Amino acid sequence: MSKNRDTGSCCSSDSEMNTANFIPMADLDKKRSPPEISETTSVITSSERFGHFLARCGVKREEHIVSPGIYKLGNPTSDSPVLVSANYTLSFDALRSSLAGIDCYILVIDTKGINVWCAAGKGTFGTDEIVYRIRWSGLDKIVKHRNIILPQLGAPGVSAYDVKRMSGFKVEYGPVRAEDLQQYLKTHTATAEMRRVRFTFKDRLVLTPVELVHVIKPTLIAAIVLYLLAGPFGAFIVVVTAFAGTILFPALLPFIPTHDFSTKGLILGGIVSLPFAVFLATTSTISSAMSPLENVLTALATFLIPTAVVAYIALNFTGCTTYTSRAGVKKEIFRYVPFMAFMGGMGLLFLIILGISLLEVI
Amino acid sequence: MFDSYIENTLQYYPEKCINCLMCIQVCPHVVFTEGKEHVELKKPASCMECGACAGNCPVQAIEVESGVGCAWAMIRAALRGEDMDSDASCCGEDGGCC
Repeated sequence: MSKNRDTGSCCSSDSEMNTANFIPMADLDKKRSPPEISETTSVITSSERFGHFLARCGVKREEHIVSPGIYKLGNPTSDSPVLVSANYTLSFDALRSSLAGIDCYILVIDTKGINVWCAAGKGTFGTDEIVYRIRWSGLDKIVKHRNIILPQLGAPGVSAYDVKRMSGFKVEYGPVRAEDLQQYLKTHTATAEMRRVRFTFKDRLVLTPVELVHVIKPTLIAAIVLYLLAGPFGAFIVVVTAFAGTILFPALLPFIPTHDFSTKGLILGGIVSLPFAVFLATTSTISSAMSPLENVLTALATFLIPTAVVAYIALNFTGCTTYTSRAGVKKEIFRYVPFMAFMGGMGLLFLIILGISLLEVI
Repeated sequence: MFDSYIENTLQYYPEKCINCLMCIQVCPHVVFTEGKEHVELKKPASCMECGACAGNCPVQAIEVESGVGCAWAMIRAALRGEDMDSDASCCGEDGGCC
C-alpha cells in the first residue's frame, strides 16, 4: 500500500489514527456500561425523504448525520446478523430501507457524516473505527456469533484480517448496493453483478444538483457582467455553458466519444458553443456598426471560452464518478489543464481586443 | 491517445497469492478473476486504485498506490501548494466534491 494511504486508512500500527484512537480505546477498559441499543425501522418518512432531497442539493451538508451507535431493526436475537454502516443519513437510510422484514442489528460507526465509499477512501470508514465501535457497543455481549457484514465499498478503508485480529469479529463483505442485501442474506454470497459498481444514468443525474450548486456563484457573476457588457445574449451563453458542464455532461458521459474527461468536455463544449459562435460571426450583436473582424473576434471568444470552461468542469467531474484512478486523473490534469488555460486565455484576449476596438469606435 | 487511464499503479505478484479470493470480493470493477492456482489479473486498466484489494490481501500479493481520482481535490491541493497525492483535501470537508 502507498505511503499516503497508510496514514489515512489506519492499517499500519504506527499511523496517526491509531494514536488518535488510543485515548477512547483506553477509556473502554474502565468499567463502563455500553450505550443503549436504539431502535430503528425500515420505513423512510416523507420528512426524511425531503432531507434526502436537501442532501442531494448540497443544502446543509454537514447536518445529514446519524448518531453513531448500535441500532436494532425488527426483533433481533443474539443470532441475528450485524450490519455496519456510515453515519451519513443517505447511507444509513439506504441500508435500513432495504432491510424490511429482516431482524438485525445495525452498527453505525462515526464517519463524520460522510458516505461509506468516500469515508473508506479517507480511512474514516476504517479498521480502527470499526474495532473501536465493536468494543464501545459491547457487541460481543449482544450477539453470540462473531461476524459483521460490511458494505463492499467500505473495503478500501478496512483490512478484514486486521479487524479479525483486533476484535475477534470476522468481516464479511456484503454487496455494493443495499438493495441486494435481502438476496445476499439468504446465502451470504454475492453474485458478480452484486459486486460490480455501476454508474447509471440515474446515478449520474442525482449528482447534477450539487454540481450546479458548485458553479452557481461564478455563473451568476459572469452572467451579470456579460449582461452589462454585451446584453442578454452574453448572459444566455454563460447560463448555457454552466448547464452544459454540470448537467448535460454527467447525463451524456458514456455517449461522448473518447475516454478522457477533458477531451469529452472539449467535444461537448465545442458542440454547444459552435452554434453561438457561427451566429455571432455573421451577425453584429453588440453594436450595429461592428466590422467583420470584430464579428470574428466575438465568435472566436464565444467558442474558446465556453469550450474551455465545459472541459474544465468535465475534468472536475472525475471525483464524482465510480471508476477514475488517481494516476489517470493526474495524467489528465497535466495533459489538458494547460491547453484549457491557453484556450480560455486566448478567448479573453480576443474579448479585450474587441472591447478596445469597440471603444475606439465610440 | 485520449485515454489517460490505461496505466495505473496496480502491481500483482501471483507467486504470493494464496487464492483466498478476497480481492475478487472487494474489487468493484472485476479487475481480478478466479484462476486455477491463483487469482488472475484480468482487467488491470479497469483498476481505479481504491486500494481495497491490497488492504484486504493477507499476503501482500497486491500493491497499489491508492487514492481518490478526483481532479477537483488534486487541483485544489496543487493551487494551495499542498501535495497533490495527499488525501487531505478530498471529499466531505469544506464542501468537498462528492
